[in-house]
Amino acid sequence: MDYTPHTEAEIQEMLRRVGAESLEDLFRHLPAEILNPPIDLPEPLPEWAVLEALRRLAAQNLPAPKAFLGGGVRSHHVPPVVQALASRGEFLTAYTPYQPEVSQGVLQATFEYQTMIAELTGLEVANASMYDGATALAEGVLLALRETGRMVVWVSQGVHPEYRAVLKAYLEAVGAELRVLPLEGGRTPSLPVPEAVGAVVGQNPNYLGALEDLAPLAEAAHRAGALFVAVADPLSLGVLKPPGAYGADIAVGDGQSLGLPMGYGGPHFGYLATKKAFVRQLPGRLVSETVDAEGKRGFILTLQAREQYIRRAKAKSNITTNAQLTALMGAMYLAALGPEGLREVALRGVALAHRLHDLLLEVPGVEPFTPKPFFHEFALRLPKAPEAVRAALAARGLHAATPVPREYGENLALFAATELHQEEDLLALRKALEEVLA
Amino acid sequence: MDIPKDRFYTKTHEWALPEGDTVLVGITDYAQDALGDVVYVELPEVGRKVEKGEAVAVVESVKTASDIYAPVAGEVVEVNLALEKTPELINQDPYGEGWIFRLRPLDLGDLDDLLDAEGYQEALESEA
Repeated sequence: MDYTPHTEAEIQEMLRRVGAESLEDLFRHLPAEILNPPIDLPEPLPEWAVLEALRRLAAQNLPAPKAFLGGGVRSHHVPPVVQALASRGEFLTAYTPYQPEVSQGVLQATFEYQTMIAELTGLEVANASMYDGATALAEGVLLALRETGRMVVWVSQGVHPEYRAVLKAYLEAVGAELRVLPLEGGRTPSLPVPEAVGAVVGQNPNYLGALEDLAPLAEAAHRAGALFVAVADPLSLGVLKPPGAYGADIAVGDGQSLGLPMGYGGPHFGYLATKKAFVRQLPGRLVSETVDAEGKRGFILTLQAREQYIRRAKAKSNITTNAQLTALMGAMYLAALGPEGLREVALRGVALAHRLHDLLLEVPGVEPFTPKPFFHEFALRLPKAPEAVRAALAARGLHAATPVPREYGENLALFAATELHQEEDLLALRKALEEVLA
Repeated sequence: MDIPKDRFYTKTHEWALPEGDTVLVGITDYAQDALGDVVYVELPEVGRKVEKGEAVAVVESVKTASDIYAPVAGEVVEVNLALEKTPELINQDPYGEGWIFRLRPLDLGDLDDLLDAEGYQEALESEA
């Protein structure tokens, strides 16, 4: 370590300057219970005993193949190369490198991440990531409102309810109006969009897992002069038509499905892609490719002047930093799998999810809810309260049946399957559900 | 530093050139030099009514983005669309091809409140 913040001599010098005799003297004005709060800890243990205790605690976690919880976060296989690369010191830093002097290597990796997201979404430009899917959606909608100069947003009920809650908070802050388009039969109806609307938002696959054709909704948005914002699971884009191909002006989503552990809900990263024409409205960082004075290829942070450390209150967004490391993990995952690998992972999950759907419908009292075809998740109507079903399944060692908010209907629960699951895992869940509902 | 004598100036480095019942507005040679390479100009909408001193346009260089203020109150009647494709006109010809927008002032007499070339020169010197 070549930097030691305070030497003993420096501490003495500082104390002398402020006129204190010792550190205790410096803090004497603080109440004793704040200065030295009683901490109730067990007796010290040797290192091996601590490790053993932690191992026992960790063993209480259920392995990922036992998790069938839908709701936007799912268990996927993460190739070891992703963890190995992401743990390298060049990438792993507590500091989000966002200043122009950041190394060429980090800039190039970020540029490659942006390029992969642009290709996956079928749009021209992607920023260097947002915090998560929900903030990416909010920023994408604000971009559309800046571009159109309008203050009304239509959002499909098929958009994740938590994302909609975050969007509502952002829109309230800027004084924009939000209207929810209720699902009909599990999918978004296409309605004529009034001229006042600046952004229309749909999600595919939607919150209930169903695949939707969002092209008519995008067309309706465009006829009104509004921009269309698509929320999409990036893994699904390994097999589905990219948002850019069905008329999305802006595509957003959560990157967890690209090689990130579930991690109790975080950290994730959000992606945001759009058309080149809107690049000056794009929030956050953008890395571009260029040539230096000697004509050599290089990478550089561009469009800095829209960011808050330069434009202050007039910045395009107050998101000044990003989810650098997790976004790069997404790029590492995509590079490790390649387009074919991504397609295989997505299709295996689709096949297993449909198999699980059929198996669970064999359980007496269980009714289908999400229309086919669906992606990796689907909702079922249960004969009992889903909260109780989830708890009873957990007691049997299976994480499944995410309760769906009442706005979608009574006693609905989400189930998910991914490439990680084996036939025996699916059969075990059917058996457990049978017992729980008996 | 070039400061033509045919027009008026603001302390915030805009120039205003009367032409009939309108005035052409741009930024000074000093301002373009201080900004560095201009890479983007955000133009106002034609028909917009502005107050004296209101931020009307934004000139963005590689290192910063600066608001351009209306030298007098009035209505925006024309914008320099050439700047959308070639913003560097502001660096190359700040007093000519690099003009930014044209205002129709509520009262042409308001121009008298602005600085003349000599006054602007003095303002620059006192700032330096």
